[in-house]
Amino acid sequence: MKFAIIVFPGSNCDHDCYYIVKHVLGRPAGFVWHKEKDLSDFDIVILPGGFSYGDYLRTGAMARISPIMKAVEEFAKRGGLVLGICNGFQILLEAGLLPGAMLRNKSLKFICKDVYLRVDNINTPFTVNYIENQIIKMPIAHAEGNYYIDGETLNRLKKNNQIVFRYSNCSGDISEEVNPNGSLGNIAGICNDRGNVLGMMPHPERCGEGILGGDDGYTLFESVVYYMQFRQ
Amino acid sequence: MTAFWDFCKSLKGDTLLSKDVIDAHGLTEEEFQQIIKVLGREPNIVELGIFSVMWSEHCSYKSSRVHLGKFPTSGEKVLQGPGENAGIIDIGDGLAAVFKMESHNHPSFIEPYQGAATGVGGILRDIFTMGARPVAILDSLRFGDINIPRNRYLFSGVVNGISGYGNCVGIPTVGGEVYFDEIYNNNILVNVFALGIVKKDKIFRGVAKGVGNPVIYVGAKTGRDGIHGATMASDVFDETSEAKRPTVQVGDPFTEKLLIEACLEAMDKGLIVGIQDMGAAGLTSSSCEMAGRAGTGIDIHVDRVPAREAGMTPYEIMLSESQERMLIVTQLGREQEVIDIVGKWDLDAVLIGEVTDSAKMRIFNAEDIVSDIPVKALTDEAPKYERNISPPPYLDILHDLDIDNIPVPDDLNKVLMVLLSSPTISSKEWIYRQYDHMVRTDTVILPGSDAAVIRVKGTNKAVAMTTDCNSRYVFSDPFTGAAIAVAEAARNIVCGGGEPVALTDCLNFGNPERHEIMWQFQQAIEGIASVCRRFNIPVVSGNVSFYNETNDISIYPTPVIGMVGIIHDVSKRVTQYFKDEGDVILLIGNNSEDIGLSEYLKEIHYKIRGFPPCLDIELEKKVQDLCLQGIKEGWIKSAHDTSEGGLAVAISECCMPPEGTDNIGASIELSDDIRADALLFGETQSRIIITAASDRVAELERMGETTDTPIKVIGRVGGERLVIRRKSDVLIDLPVRDIAEAWQKAIPRYLGEAN
Repeated sequence: MKFAIIVFPGSNCDHDCYYIVKHVLGRPAGFVWHKEKDLSDFDIVILPGGFSYGDYLRTGAMARISPIMKAVEEFAKRGGLVLGICNGFQILLEAGLLPGAMLRNKSLKFICKDVYLRVDNINTPFTVNYIENQIIKMPIAHAEGNYYIDGETLNRLKKNNQIVFRYSNCSGDISEEVNPNGSLGNIAGICNDRGNVLGMMPHPERCGEGILGGDDGYTLFESVVYYMQFRQ
Repeated sequence: MTAFWDFCKSLKGDTLLSKDVIDAHGLTEEEFQQIIKVLGREPNIVELGIFSVMWSEHCSYKSSRVHLGKFPTSGEKVLQGPGENAGIIDIGDGLAAVFKMESHNHPSFIEPYQGAATGVGGILRDIFTMGARPVAILDSLRFGDINIPRNRYLFSGVVNGISGYGNCVGIPTVGGEVYFDEIYNNNILVNVFALGIVKKDKIFRGVAKGVGNPVIYVGAKTGRDGIHGATMASDVFDETSEAKRPTVQVGDPFTEKLLIEACLEAMDKGLIVGIQDMGAAGLTSSSCEMAGRAGTGIDIHVDRVPAREAGMTPYEIMLSESQERMLIVTQLGREQEVIDIVGKWDLDAVLIGEVTDSAKMRIFNAEDIVSDIPVKALTDEAPKYERNISPPPYLDILHDLDIDNIPVPDDLNKVLMVLLSSPTISSKEWIYRQYDHMVRTDTVILPGSDAAVIRVKGTNKAVAMTTDCNSRYVFSDPFTGAAIAVAEAARNIVCGGGEPVALTDCLNFGNPERHEIMWQFQQAIEGIASVCRRFNIPVVSGNVSFYNETNDISIYPTPVIGMVGIIHDVSKRVTQYFKDEGDVILLIGNNSEDIGLSEYLKEIHYKIRGFPPCLDIELEKKVQDLCLQGIKEGWIKSAHDTSEGGLAVAISECCMPPEGTDNIGASIELSDDIRADALLFGETQSRIIITAASDRVAELERMGETTDTPIKVIGRVGGERLVIRRKSDVLIDLPVRDIAEAWQKAIPRYLGEAN
């Protein structure tokens, strides 16, 4: 079971993702340069956070046309697990692997802090080890995490149970007050209808060890391993 | 003087550089004469430009060099002292920490976003050019009165610039400090500290070694931005300074990120002989400094330099301060490998010259030699001035403070609330929220505590870092003020559980041509050196920024100290926040009646008068040693030093842990028979507030006794209020909720953003 960590020019959470998979989770991991075209050696693909291409045109807009993205698309189509974190989520949106778009944060500022999330869907490969409606603490660090989608698609997301994480308070209440970036319906992470592609703004790789102030993120990686073993 | 010019004209006729041109290059007549002597002829315009930047205060340190020699710079852990792009210390496990601090004051005042952003970019290049991956940034900032709209614009612009650049390159901004004072209204300070980690046997230096080795230009293309940035930074400001905006560089953090990865990859492959960034004075300084260190010469072909626009002259190319560029010397025959790696990261890599044995920096434009200067004349043999020194006339007035004429306020609760909501003391969360302080997953003490701490993966260690300087103290007594800056920095490191190891400094002063400014400078250097020697903390790198003066008004002398410490066991680190109900609060150190130059005196009595608190260096050492030992033993659960705002503010800060954890109250009993305002808000040095579980108190007290260090129990953690009593008098009694509200919302309120 090998994790691919895609490196776009400007990715900056690539090393963090590698570290948690390789050294905390203890699973094989490899970097894949964005100009490569082949993912056949890998079982799970992570699109890490950062500022691919400096986020100069629009977050994720340039990275989506990198050569590797064709392979990511095919990998997802075959049912492979794809996890997009932060900038990785933004790239998945631009690539059309997940629906919706990102706007600037409501405050128009970059925000770095711990937030509480409620796990709304534990029936995905990424969340099987969480408890239904579990409240978890995870850091966010972004300037464009204000998720937006049209009403019709939002209803479809809800109906298909594609909303995986929502910003909440520490008791699990969802309100505008605890919405850090203005995101529609407090959405922090969504999956595709098959559940094998997850995009999320919070950084699970930043909270996988107690020394970092929390290990709620570890459960996500653990879920993936559990799911893969179970499936095989 | 006229005779001199007539003489020159008689020699050179029409080709002579006019006096206006020479003046515009910031060179004095004597310096110009010296150039003629060195070259044996008059310089051409390209050479004049090169001398002008290399002999500028910013690049040559001509006013400061004679004084900087007084710093202790060696020690068993020092792998690289001053003189390179950054200092390096051994942190064990085969690893080293590379760090330095630099100013970007002048450009940030003219254009805050780009000025601050390129400040970050520049210092990061100084770190990775040594082979280290940068892992942390801290910022030491000074702004004017926050009530003035332009100062708020500068403040948000600078924070934005740091955030925009640091976040994008993916290096966490983990700490720093910010002061607001009217004296910085027309000269803000933006000092950026960066630290990187490198394997001890993989350190690179800025040397052009090996005659015949190729010189490769790597990174962004050269444009017309930042020409004469170094010269601009070596002059005072006046009403026309706005017009200097074109000398400010424009940063591109994305290119910087690629440059970091490309350079580290080329280093990893063993392709680098020497490397240096093109910072102040661009291609000029990087090429001649690299040759200078190696004792070689260097040939540069400007026509091969990748240019952003057509028609750039050799003068412009040599003096451009376009960002995100590096100069690499590789082994002959391996240039293609360098070009391939850099090309992988979509950056330019072009062969532009070679190392020679000529001891000269020669610049070619196609077939023409456009500059031919002995390297030493630009580096080691640049002018060096022992400027005149005399104490400033303001001291007598400043020192005149009769404390008996200062009434003790009736409502001390109100005083505490005012201090907590003053811009300098209040929470800096508004700032660090905008910085990605967690990327790289090493930040194990988040911003807000005394020292920032990052772990070193693959070891059991962590590195603690801080920046400090109370410039009001330095203004009143530069020796003591600067000594306090070092002592406080060390105290902050200790409060995190670190052992102070070495420091870098950023010495921000006014115009060195003024005798009193040079007096401040010389005194401050002595003050820093005195504490460094006693504490065995060498100075391994640093930066001097003079000419922080506008319309004849200089800033307070601000020698910012950036200190680094090692935590040998990362699990033995502490924050300043109170932990558990029932824990005992102890004070290491003594309270005394110091209100001179305090934040209290300024904010409540509108006075900037008196002497700084005195610094008993032996007591300071004992206090720090006791605290560090207590942390290592695992007895101390929190530690916080008292600084601006005194004991009451420090204890309040301990009650307010970072977001996500509940506030916690405290009940304090003091007995010192001194003025109540001095007891609560005086800024006596050498004091640390610690907490311990009640069954550890006896051990701590015993340790105090055996080491002859003052330590006493002053209260208990618990409840929802902060109550400070002296004997039967209640001095302070406030709900922690109100304290937190005042402290946390202050900056957003000043900026009109609070809800």
